[in-house]
Amino acid sequence: MLHTFVALVEDKPGVLTRVASLFRRLNVNIVSLTVGRSERPGVSRMTIVALSSTSAGHRIMASLYKLENVLEVDDMDQVANVTRELALIKVGATPQTRSHIFELVEVFRARIVDLAPESLMIEITGVESKIEGLIQVLIESGDPILEVSRTGRMVMRRGHHTSRVLEAMRVAAVHESEAKDTAVFDLIEEESNFQK
Amino acid sequence: MGHSSQNDSPSSNTTRLTGAEIVWATLEGEGVRDVFGYPGGAILPVYDALRKFPIRHILVRHEQGATHMADGYARASGRVGVAIATSGPGATNMVTGLATAMMDSVPIVCITGQVSSKVLGSDAFQEVDITGISLPITKHNYLVTRTEDIAPAIREAFLIAKSGRPGPVLVDITKDAQQASAEFNFDAAAPKAYRPHPMQSHNADSITDAASLIREARRPVILAGHGVIQSGAIEQVRALSERMQIPVACTLLGLGGFPASHELCLGMMGMHGEAWVNQAIQQADLLIACGMRFDDRVTGSLATYAPNAKKIHIEVDPAEINKNVKVDVALVGDLKQVLEILLPHISSRANSPWVKEINSMKGECAVRDIRNLPDNGHLYAAHVINDLWNATDGKAIVVTDVGQHQMWEAQYYKHDQPRTLITSGGLGTMGFALPAAIGAKIACPEKEVWVIAGDGGFQMTSPELSTIAQEHLDLNIAIINNGFLGMVRQWQEFIYEKNYASSPILSPDFVKLADAHGIAGATVSKRSEVDSAVKTARASRAPFLINFLVEKEDSVYPMVAAGSALHEMIRRPDNPMIETAEDA
Repeated sequence: MLHTFVALVEDKPGVLTRVASLFRRLNVNIVSLTVGRSERPGVSRMTIVALSSTSAGHRIMASLYKLENVLEVDDMDQVANVTRELALIKVGATPQTRSHIFELVEVFRARIVDLAPESLMIEITGVESKIEGLIQVLIESGDPILEVSRTGRMVMRRGHHTSRVLEAMRVAAVHESEAKDTAVFDLIEEESNFQK
Repeated sequence: MGHSSQNDSPSSNTTRLTGAEIVWATLEGEGVRDVFGYPGGAILPVYDALRKFPIRHILVRHEQGATHMADGYARASGRVGVAIATSGPGATNMVTGLATAMMDSVPIVCITGQVSSKVLGSDAFQEVDITGISLPITKHNYLVTRTEDIAPAIREAFLIAKSGRPGPVLVDITKDAQQASAEFNFDAAAPKAYRPHPMQSHNADSITDAASLIREARRPVILAGHGVIQSGAIEQVRALSERMQIPVACTLLGLGGFPASHELCLGMMGMHGEAWVNQAIQQADLLIACGMRFDDRVTGSLATYAPNAKKIHIEVDPAEINKNVKVDVALVGDLKQVLEILLPHISSRANSPWVKEINSMKGECAVRDIRNLPDNGHLYAAHVINDLWNATDGKAIVVTDVGQHQMWEAQYYKHDQPRTLITSGGLGTMGFALPAAIGAKIACPEKEVWVIAGDGGFQMTSPELSTIAQEHLDLNIAIINNGFLGMVRQWQEFIYEKNYASSPILSPDFVKLADAHGIAGATVSKRSEVDSAVKTARASRAPFLINFLVEKEDSVYPMVAAGSALHEMIRRPDNPMIETAEDA
């Protein structure tokens, strides 16, 4: 299964290697890994998606904590969360074929961020299934996909801040029931991503 | 050599020192009295400053030896062992020792020189990315490029090495950082307080669950691992065992954590455990795993491992829980602390039919025991080790290498005290014994130290004989010499139809080799000569090497073939002599 972890790590050289090397040592493939600054100075936030057996989650989390530069780890699989990924998709399009892409972009609540004589670039934010849905529709309608760049998954707990994970876990039972309710992706939540 | 007292130690005030001086001052502040090392270009500033500090430096013959010495030093004393090497090949030679310490959770700190920070990454002479190389075989490592970072890095390295689940830490220091000067204040360089692993947990519920499992069990077995010794939980494990009459099986590294002479001690479990030990585990209804990790050499086939047993796992490292064996109750924390919380919940039980049942299995094994064979003129390794155990009253620190002799030692040398068996368990590092014994002797000069090594492994690190001579160390060496890489030969006999591919090994005359180093020795090929040779060695007050020419194609029995169920043991084959053997 896909496991998703959020790790808060010290912002120092080599920390990314330590984290990545751990997954390599455990023979677990990293599906995506995003790193950026967090709200704390000197602390980076990673979202790691890894493909491994269901039972491996505990060991991966415990092993992450064994890295001295890892401050906090949160296993996002069992908790209510918001998941997003951003993708830039360059599609081959002439003035004749553009209009139906505009329609698709509208339906997927994506947007066009660049337009060239023979191509256009789509920016789309959402869960993976939404991004892959757009790519699939583009392929099926015969639009040549020239480039795809995806950020990988970013995840944040709902309600509780990740840096308060340990407190949150003490009331884990509440979260588990909550997790089931919010497993269904809701589009309305998406709108806030476009207010810029 | 006078060691600075607390008051005049460099910790009390700030002084301006070179990075090299800071290295030693920090080590001194951490209580280090001995280091094992080998100089070279990128670490020369540190060596230049050595004479100003009350620290003994043992010059090794190979940096692998330095790491094993630090390792043996740590295992014998419980203190952090320290090894020093230069950049490049000096650092890469440490890799095997780091991996050995990592697998067996031994606290050592390795300090390496590195090329100047200005040329890092330029393939400078003797440059190697040792922090990259050692990443998966250290608990943590540092690349230090600034003088002011040296003391905090070394102090944090010591804290990390010895806390939680211990392990090796490497500190790589660039030459320019050693040469430049900075303000040094030992106290100000103190690391943040140790953070226990956040997933350690044992709450009232899990303690109650464990206690009720223990109360209800009729056929419980305690599995005692290295953690018993490292956590200092010897008394607590003993209390648990005695109170409920629970027999104790030890892992290889757990030997000595529970007295071998104790009536509830079963001995070593696993691939070469005695039949009654493995049978007890397979027939148990409860396993209480204390500071051990269900290694594959201990469990055999996981599918058939202790099928009817509930399992309680008391362990400091949360990453070990449910890794190999799924457990019913996990108490994650320091073993000693957890047992102290658990023990008040454990009542006492007078007798146990279970223990009697296990003991009844021992008689059958005694008939097969090679020690009970009449002297047929051959010398068996088991005899040598048994006689050595007798002669030393079981009180020596025995440092073994890896292979058949290691298993025979584990079977026949009965360790009653912790830290008296030092051996490479997890990584199985041949060549470990001689250097590790040097470390043990430096750590515990008052103790009698014996190396037991095979003829193969001994040759891997035998240049350290020269270190023994140079340092005037009184340690004794028993080579179990069978002319083969014995354990390889045994596997080839059992599994590869006696195709002895590259397992016969020619050795030098070890006594002459010792003599070349000014070390006395003797060759023994008859059992009647064992005692007197051991006596000579013990009386010599100087290093002494005994070359025991033992039976060439003897095997370690019982043996659980890799991947077999733990109760499916290959037993010592029928031998006409067994019929005449006396049942001990």
